[in-house]
Amino acid sequence: MRLFHFADNLNIDFVKGRYLAFIITGIMVLGSIGLIATKGLNFGIDFSGGIMMEIQTPDVPDLTKMRSELNELGLGSISIQEFGTAKDIMIRVPEQHGGEDAQKEAIQKIRETIDASYASSDIKVEYRRSEYVGPQVGDELKQSGLIAFLLTIAAILGYIWYRFEWQFGVAAIITLVHDTVTVVGLFSLLWMNFDLGTLAAVLLVAGYSTNDTVIVFDRIRENRRKFKKTPMYDIINMSVNQTMARTLNTSFTTLLSLIALWVFGGEVIRDFVNAMIFGIVIGTYSSVYVASSTLMYFKFEDSDKRGDADASEDEAASNDAPEDGAKV
Amino acid sequence: MMFIPLWKRVLVFVTVILSFAYTLPNFVSEETRTQWQQSLPSWMPSKSVSLGLDLQGGAHLLLQADIESVVKKRVDDVEQYVRRTMKSDDLSYTKIESGKDGVTVTLKSEDDVSALRKIFRQADEKLVLDTEGLVVAAHFDESGLKDITDKTISQSIEVVSRRVNGTGTKEPIIQRQGTDRILVQLPGMENPERVKDLLNKTAQLTFHLVSMTGEGLNVTSLPMREDPTSKLPLNRRPLMTGEDLVDANPTFQDGAPIVSFRLSSKGAKKFCDVTRDNVDKPFAVVLDGEIITAPRINEAICGGNAVITGNFTVQEASDLSLLLRAGALPTSLKIVEERTVGPSLGSDSVEAGKVATLVAFLLIIMFMCASYRLFGVFASIALFVNMFLIIALLSMLQATLTLPGIAGIVLTMGMAVDANVLIFERIREEIRNGRSIISSMDTGYEKAMASIIDSNLTTLIAGIVLYAVGTGPIKGFAVTMSIGIATSLFSAIMLTRLMLVIWLKTTKPKALPV
Repeated sequence: MRLFHFADNLNIDFVKGRYLAFIITGIMVLGSIGLIATKGLNFGIDFSGGIMMEIQTPDVPDLTKMRSELNELGLGSISIQEFGTAKDIMIRVPEQHGGEDAQKEAIQKIRETIDASYASSDIKVEYRRSEYVGPQVGDELKQSGLIAFLLTIAAILGYIWYRFEWQFGVAAIITLVHDTVTVVGLFSLLWMNFDLGTLAAVLLVAGYSTNDTVIVFDRIRENRRKFKKTPMYDIINMSVNQTMARTLNTSFTTLLSLIALWVFGGEVIRDFVNAMIFGIVIGTYSSVYVASSTLMYFKFEDSDKRGDADASEDEAASNDAPEDGAKV
Repeated sequence: MMFIPLWKRVLVFVTVILSFAYTLPNFVSEETRTQWQQSLPSWMPSKSVSLGLDLQGGAHLLLQADIESVVKKRVDDVEQYVRRTMKSDDLSYTKIESGKDGVTVTLKSEDDVSALRKIFRQADEKLVLDTEGLVVAAHFDESGLKDITDKTISQSIEVVSRRVNGTGTKEPIIQRQGTDRILVQLPGMENPERVKDLLNKTAQLTFHLVSMTGEGLNVTSLPMREDPTSKLPLNRRPLMTGEDLVDANPTFQDGAPIVSFRLSSKGAKKFCDVTRDNVDKPFAVVLDGEIITAPRINEAICGGNAVITGNFTVQEASDLSLLLRAGALPTSLKIVEERTVGPSLGSDSVEAGKVATLVAFLLIIMFMCASYRLFGVFASIALFVNMFLIIALLSMLQATLTLPGIAGIVLTMGMAVDANVLIFERIREEIRNGRSIISSMDTGYEKAMASIIDSNLTTLIAGIVLYAVGTGPIKGFAVTMSIGIATSLFSAIMLTRLMLVIWLKTTKPKALPV
């Protein structure tokens, strides 16, 4: 016996639940936009500029004491937080006025202050990582990140446009925007660090979610050809049900990888993994409830005409198949 | 479906063997690898994956060159030259103005226009001239500015390379980034302070006479290195510059560290002349606007060898010699981005990455085997081969593996089974629809193929765009993800299919174990 029988022979009326889904989706998207607009994002130093240091102390440090000691240095608002374990500390300091020397001096002061509190200890504090990003570079990284984001989306959409009818393209845009906005909104809500790695994850979510959407769309297109008289409502339901097993299995294996990364991959990539986990969950939901349900609201050509158009498309499709799968 | 031509079987087999072979160098010691690299032809497997700075530890510095001041200096030079020449050629003007990228002269007589244009041409051949009545405007246009920028950056890179190499750093990477930036990567460098200090200085060395007249237009007051509050008035025009210096080395004089230097024959003659003319006068050795030392010239120095004393520590003497040897930077460099990763964090990250990859692999094959039984085993074997394919390609292409790159590998494992999931689910569906074994497998493969191509292409497109426009972690991640998707198509489609066909032909099953 197989252990897993995800979603074999499903027959759920997904489309019927679309109104509830639209409400949930609406709240998530509008809420995200509202949060990003009002609260903003907790930009890491990649984007905001400034100094970041990761240290490992010989024993569990008194963070309150460290915080007050470092704040006495007058370097602006210093943030101190645990990074993985209680002994790993991440310190963030805003950009100092006064150019290169001022940054160097600030780092020096912090090191001296921390070293002083462990002067009696045999094991010294280890400075595992230190980063400085100038404000100009931060702005440029933000800008190039935005360009990367827009180009990726444009490229994905271009492909969908080429492979499917325009209605699918529009539905895919809506889904893509939904997924990325929601993931970014969640980062704003939970005030999680948003840096270059996180941005990469958001972009990957865009790719993954489209991937998921495309699988469902492929099936809808196939079923529309096969069942020419069936209304769109049923076609969508049928297709979503048929692909549900694959959707869940692939999302599940991807989540397994992400869980392994989250648990064992170390603190440095945890933000990235967080973004991906949100994204996979949201992307799976959206390929069913946003992408497919949106298709309900487009007018497709009527079934007679569809037959004509499809005859040529079928040929094209079989030419597209790169493997000689038909030979037995 | 059942028929796979021989060449395809051979192709699959050879690819799998090659992937194992090219992964091999990653599992042997450094010495064995070096030995292989020396004894084997270059196409044979001998390279391992090159680790990024975040995995092997090291420092990453991004330096921005101050191009504006270079342009300003060029404009100033033009203005000086034009003023001087107009005076000596008796051209009269009402106004001379220098702006950000050029000089504008308003003449008194139109007869002088062509003469002035000629002077501008002689001053700097890159200038673009516009004449309007009595006004001649000369400026550096876009291509002129680009030329200045390019020259400044390539000169800077040369000097930076000489300085960095002088510190004994292994395999540094020094390259231009964007228009006016230089990227310096120092693998294994834990504390880049010394390198930063070295790159911080333009190392403009000049020799000046100490001014006897005190204040004046041609006199400048510069601070002493040891005590910046005390200043000495110097003649603005230097006697000599560091250009004529050919070598410099740290040495000792009466137990104190000093720097000895040697001049070119031309420089030696010049130095001989100026010292002979100024015996018994105090002069100053100036580096980047700071007086290092201000001794009295006791006698003419004519051998081309001389020393600089100045209460140096051993380190300071050796750094100063290195700076003098490496030459002056054409402009100052500012550090705009710095990332340092200690070696312990790097190796921790490699360890974490290995464990995460292994755990992800085990979890996925457990799920696949539980979910698709024998077919799951085939998919797991394909996934195993896929891992080797990724590492082999990374080693062959010498792509840099970073921590986000490892995340990309782990993630593609989760996604790599997607193609198999699609095919297996489709086969299951066809069996439920009452088709025979062969026909289900046939239709399953055929129908799943369009979806597989579509879905993988969309992700691959995202990966390629990210690689092209992304920076830092985004790029590192995009490389492994794109490679992973490409290899997973091979392993999940060609390889599992071959395994399935062989299994069908040998066992002739009555039912499919999916």
